[in-house]
Order: sequence, then C-alpha cells, then structure tokens
Amino acid sequence: MTPADSPTASECLDSKVPSGPMSERWSRHKFDLKLVNPSNRRKFDVIVVGTGLAGGSAAATLAEMGYNVKAFCTHDSPRRAHSIAAQGGINAAKNYKGDGDSVHRLFYDTVKGGDYRSRESNVHRLAEVSVDIIDQCVAQGVPFAREYGGLLDNRSFGGAQVSRTFYARGQTGQQLLLGAYGAMNRMIQAGRIEMYNRREMVDLVVVDGVARGIITRNLITGEYERHTAHTVLLGSGGYGNAFFLSTNAKNSNVTAAWRAHKRGAFFANPCYTQIHPTCIPRSGDYQSKLTLMSESLRNDGRVWVPKTKGDSRAAVDIPENERDYYLESKYPSFGNLVPRDVASRNAKLVTDEGRGVGPTGEAVYLDFADAIKRDGRDTIAARYGNLFEMYERITGDNPYEVPMRIFPAVHYTMGGLWVDYNLESTVPGLFVLGEANFSDHGANRLGASALMQGLADGYFVIPATIASHLAGRQLQEVTTDHEAFKEAEASSRERMDKLMAIKGTRSVDALHRELGNVVWNHCGMERSAEGLNEGIKKVRDLRDQFWQDLRVLGDPQTVNQDLEKAGRLADFMEFAEVMMNDALVRDESCGGHFRAEHQSDEGEAKRDDENFSHTTAWEFSGEGQLPKEHREPLTFEEVKLTTRSYK
Amino acid sequence: MIQKANHGDMRLTLEVWRQAGPGAPGGFKTYEIVANEHMSFLEMLDVLNQQLVERGEEPIVFEHDCREGICGSCNLTIDGKPHGPRERTTVCQLHMREYRSGDHIKIEPWRANAFPIIRDLMCDRGSFDKIQQAGGYVSVNTGAAPDAHCIPVPKEDADLAFDAAQCIGCGACVAACPNASAMLFTAAKVSQYALLPQGEPERERRVIAMVDTMDEQGFGNCSNHYECEAACPKGISVTNISRMNREYARATLKKR
Repeated sequence: MTPADSPTASECLDSKVPSGPMSERWSRHKFDLKLVNPSNRRKFDVIVVGTGLAGGSAAATLAEMGYNVKAFCTHDSPRRAHSIAAQGGINAAKNYKGDGDSVHRLFYDTVKGGDYRSRESNVHRLAEVSVDIIDQCVAQGVPFAREYGGLLDNRSFGGAQVSRTFYARGQTGQQLLLGAYGAMNRMIQAGRIEMYNRREMVDLVVVDGVARGIITRNLITGEYERHTAHTVLLGSGGYGNAFFLSTNAKNSNVTAAWRAHKRGAFFANPCYTQIHPTCIPRSGDYQSKLTLMSESLRNDGRVWVPKTKGDSRAAVDIPENERDYYLESKYPSFGNLVPRDVASRNAKLVTDEGRGVGPTGEAVYLDFADAIKRDGRDTIAARYGNLFEMYERITGDNPYEVPMRIFPAVHYTMGGLWVDYNLESTVPGLFVLGEANFSDHGANRLGASALMQGLADGYFVIPATIASHLAGRQLQEVTTDHEAFKEAEASSRERMDKLMAIKGTRSVDALHRELGNVVWNHCGMERSAEGLNEGIKKVRDLRDQFWQDLRVLGDPQTVNQDLEKAGRLADFMEFAEVMMNDALVRDESCGGHFRAEHQSDEGEAKRDDENFSHTTAWEFSGEGQLPKEHREPLTFEEVKLTTRSYK
Repeated sequence: MIQKANHGDMRLTLEVWRQAGPGAPGGFKTYEIVANEHMSFLEMLDVLNQQLVERGEEPIVFEHDCREGICGSCNLTIDGKPHGPRERTTVCQLHMREYRSGDHIKIEPWRANAFPIIRDLMCDRGSFDKIQQAGGYVSVNTGAAPDAHCIPVPKEDADLAFDAAQCIGCGACVAACPNASAMLFTAAKVSQYALLPQGEPERERRVIAMVDTMDEQGFGNCSNHYECEAACPKGISVTNISRMNREYARATLKKR
C-alpha cells in the first residue's frame, strides 16, 4: 500500500488523549474520569489474564480497591511469569543522583529513543508515575541495591546519560515480580483474588459488543471453562516467539492477544520488534532459545571485532591495533552505550562483512579486560558476577579471562494490541497492559523501560482508567450459558479437534523452528519489500503445511504439551503474516524497523515523518484475508522531531 | 549460516520416569540418544521428544520455561541429585559438556509427598504458593507508599535480604532433603522481611503463619542435613533456617 491509497480520515482511531498542557494531562484526566464508589466495586468482576508485572500488579491493586478479581496464568504459579527474567533494572525519574534527571527528561528520552513513533501523552504519563513505582516497590520490601548510607543506588543504563536505573543485582525483574506476587498472594489469602493456575485463555467472549468473559483450557485436565466478568484485562506479554529463537521464555506466546484480535481488537505496529544486542550466540541447530546478557554489561564491556576479515586468531592473540572498537569510533559520544537498535544493526554490519568471531562467525566480542584492569576483578564481579557465571555455564568460557561473544537476538516487541489513553482496546471493556499493548515505546524501547511500563500500567494507570468502562457504561448481567459463551467454547473445541485430527508427520517444534527462520530472515534486523513479499509467501506455504502435516500425539484430556504448543503455533502462523505485511506497508526505517531501502549514506535508519508519522492498527477481516488498515496520526507537541544521532 | 556442529557428539543412555497421571503406576523407560556437548540438558530432552514424536511415541512431559535459571519451573532429579551434578545450577543451565559418551543418566521428577506427580516429570508445587499466601509479603496497598528514601536500609542488611530473596521457588531444597522439608524455602522469605524495616510490623504474625502452613502442607522438619543448601541453584544459605527458628521462637514468646 502506498500513502496515496491510505485509509480515509474517518477510519482514524480516537486515542482519547486529553487536551491541555502535557504535564497536567494525566492529573486532569484522572479528575475527569468517573469513579466507582468503593461500596459498588464488589459488584464488579474483573478478569486478569497473565500474572507478570502488568497483570500481577493490576490484579493485586484492583483487588485491594475492592473489585472481585479472577486472575489466570498458564504456569503452575503466578511467580513464574516471564517478567521474572528481566535482569538490568527499572527506570524512574527520581533524580536521586542529582545529575539533572526529571520527568521531562525521561519523557523526552523515551520519545526520542522510540524514534518518534510513540504517543506523547502516554509516554509523559509513564514518566510521571515512574517515581511512584519505586516508592511502591520499596514499601513492599523489594531489595533494591543500596549505598552504604542506606539509600538506593542508581546506575546509567542502555544509552541514558543520567543515572536513573534502580536495580537488584542482575535480577531486577525477579524481585519486582515477587513484589507483585506477594501483593497478589495477600489478596488471594484475603479471598479478593480467585487464582486460576495452569489455565490458558483460548478465546475472548464478546456480548453485545463488550468484552464479558473468556474461555480457558485447563492445562492439566484439558477441560474448557467459561468465565464471565464485567471487564477483561490482558497482560499476556509479547510475540517475540514468532521468531522461535528469542530471549522469551519457551511458553511465551501471542495466543491471548491474537484470539482477542480475532474478536475485534486491532493489532498495532506488529512490525516493531526489538533485537537486543547482547545475547549469547547460537551454538547449533538444536538451539531452543537464546539467552540475554543484561545490557548493563555495556557500561564496562567494550565491543569489538578484528579489523581484518576472517581473522581466526584467539581474541587474546589479536593486538590492540588490529581490533576495531566500532561503536566507540563510530559514535564517540555514546560509544558502547548507543541504543539497542543501533548496537544490534552495527553487529550485523560487521558480521555481514565477514568480521564476526567464534565458530559460527555470528558474534562480536564484549571485552572486560580494560574494566578489570581499571576497577579490579572484585568490583567487576560485584557488578556482574551472576551474569558472568551464567555466561560461563552456557558457553564453557570464562569471561574474566577471555572476552564474551555476543550477538543480537529478538527480545521485546513494541507492537501489540491497540489501546487508547485509558488502555482500552477497540473492543469496549477489553483493556491491554504491559508488553501486550503498543503505546509507550514507539519503534524502539529503551533499556529498563519495560519493567517501568508493566508496573505503571498495572499499579497506577488501569486502577484509575478502568472506571471509564465500569462507571461509564450500562452493563447487563451475563451468565455462562449465554449464546456467545457457547459459541466461543464450541469454536475453541473445534479448533483443538482439528489440530488433533491432522495426524501428519512433523512435530510442532520442527514447524515452529521453520517459521522462526522465515521470520528472522525476512523480517529480522533488516527488511526489504522484496524480502518481505517473499517471506509472506513462505509463511502462507508453511501455514498450509502446518494444517496438513502436523503431528500431535496423545490425549487432549490430560497434560498434552504438544497440543498446547500447536495451538500457539497456529496463531503465530497467522500472526507472522500480519507482522510482515505491516513491515511492508511501513515503507520507512524507524527504530527497530530497518528497511534496507531507507537508510542514510552512513547506514543509519531514515524516517519518513511526512508519510509515516502514525500508528498502523490492523483489523481482522477473516482467516486468510488481508486485514484492514487503520491509522492513528501521531502529533508531537513537546518533543521536536529530529534525526536521532548518537555520535 | 550456522554450521552443524558434529564434533562433541556423545552417545547416551537415558532412564526416564514415565507416569500417565496422578496415582497411576510409573516406571523408568530407557532411551538411547546422540547428544552434543554444547546442548543444554533440556535441549537434549527436546531432541529426544522430537525423535519420539517422529517414531509415533508420546513425548515426555517436563516443566520448563525461561531456560535462564530464574523462573524455577524445571524440576528434574538427575542421578539422584536435584538439578543434576553441577553446583548452583538449575537443570536448564546444565550443559551436556558435564557428561561423556557412554554415560547412563537417570531422570526423575522431584520426590516429595507435598509435590504429587501430575504426569511424567511434572509435579504439583502448589503447596509452595500456599506457604507464600500465608504471609510472604508486606501488607501495603498500592499508592500508600512514602518516598522510597524515607526508608533507609543499611547496605549490609539490604545485601543479606537480597541473598535470601533470590529464591526461585523451584523446590530442589525439598527434593534434596531426606525429610522433604520446606524449611529453606520458607526461611528465605521470612529472612528477607526479618532483615528489612518494611517487614517489622508483621514480623511475628508472618513467621508463625508461614511455618504453620508449611506444616499443614505436609512438609517434613529440618534435622540439619544441609542437603537443601547444597542443592539450591541460588546458593541460599541454611543460616536463613537458623534465623527463621530464632524468629519463630521470638514470635511465639512475644505472642504469649
């Protein structure tokens, strides 16, 4: 599609962003929102799908407020959600270091870092509530790193020029999630949250145009269950596993979001994926996932490759003058701390030139020798001990002695279900939180901002905005024998029966791996119209193969992990095409979306603000049909659009 | 392109616990497999499962998720040792370079009454959640928190609290203990809050509620074998158990 045949203005989406000065919008909006009287809250049932930082914090907070919460997770315990794996930290504009940070600076950095493809008002709100998150988590007893004076320590992280990142060694996500899990546990104990473990949401139930419940599959018994509510919240995470190999947990999936999409929720900017620069490279074809090494490592590690192509000497045998510290020389002011998309693309550039290292040639060095010489081994161990240990376990190499080998890997997805300022999707009553929505990170997410966004949405945004729906609409009582529930359950069962009935020859993992290869090769760090068109064809072929040749064995009435994976892969097979189509239609480069046709002479991403300063949101229009394109224009009132430069 | 790494291949015999469902009779089944030294242990099981599916046999059910040693899902006892032979390592972080061609490896789920087997290598650890629900938190509503710097914590205490807070809830401590005790798991949470000023107001109530629930859930008691610390992938120290015992004694005396 070209800009000429773009959707008409009437199809533009209403983001419901409040007017007035940017810094007053959230406070004003909160005042303007209707309230649900405390004694009325117990009359409302709220379903929360997912118990990571976004879902977990929302479930706990809404239960504290008096709503009846039903929370669902696929794991055996809410504590295992993938937020737990976040290492580096969480940003907050506390300015505890007195280095000139402010809400405005965090806001500015996030909009710029997102390459001007995020919604300004949402980002400003995010920066505002960031400070409250830290207060909340400290009050919960989250053991953040502290200084000898007893106050909280901060570090600079992932391209920020101020120290605003709060951290708990390399396990910040774990500690924050356990904080939210504790808050949930308190409410479970109090009978305010009904917790459903090992349940997978397989459909959204829409009654009279409003989200009124979900269908779940019990992953132990295989039973289908119907759950009603007055509103449904999705905190189901991102879609990175479309690539098969990613840093996501193995069970992370797009299913809840995709099934909601098929019931009317628009999917926004699916082509925005983040490729994280510091991951452990693949070692072979059996590789099941990739492991991220926190990018805090780039604070002290120096990235380099040999100057000469095909230099096969060991790292320590390559003398200083034959090493190319390419980030330091190309970006003197940011050096090794350039944003993720820039660091990743440059790693690809040098390996494409044949200067990659290690057995596969798909890696660059991250070297700590200078840092160890400067600060001593103990200091480096205190900062990164657990990361070094993890690296050594996986690779068998000791990073205190030899440089780490790193390579970019899919890590986070900025796209997601479209939501307005209230976090409500295009299906009334369906709210989307955290990585599952799209609004705050634009085309590239800054380090230590995912934890911030998940908790902002769950602890502070949704508790206020949910009233827009609950107090603002007349909601009739709905029971599980409503036609819409019957239909949704029947179609879920039918889908499962179809998967079981294929009885082909290929395992789910083999097909997923193949899909991942196609998506990585055609819609990875670099995309082009030609490559995307070819990729779309391949995805369609593969989807046909999937429905003809999949083999799922065993009984659906018991634990059947292949059946679970098959259902998720079926969704990824449909989703991947929309993702590639989105990448094709976005005929510009921005942030993590790099179109080979649009680059500067120096190989940097070239945006096209005139034609693409908008969010693209896709409306489902039937299986096998091209979805319908909608747009939300992006306006920038506070931050001036410039070409990002980290030189 | 990724090169197929054929060097480092090894031929292994696996004995894997298979069980159709809770209460069904289970038993070991033997499988032969060619693995590679760069594979993780779970990747080896992936490869085996893929081969089983191709042969028309049902794949082995096992729990896993993050594969980075932090979610606490994986729960394999390998040759009698929870999480296998390497210290301070979850199964997902264990790599095949620990093994040699020709090795026999025996794989079972955690064995404890409080963790009933669901299927094959998957067991139910819901009893852990129950212990946490009894009091593993600070009761503070969202939005009611003072500025974070109003609560200074000496670095030494914060570090000790962090050491305890690292527990991933995998249950290796229980699987390793001859009494199937959950003392280390419970003590880790009790310690974290006992060391922090935020935990003070609920200090007595918390330890009593958590210990009582631990007993109710059918876990055994501690008789100082210290197998739990040895098996813990996060190296959580048994000094936390001593701290919990002191906290419990203090709480019961104070309550009276």
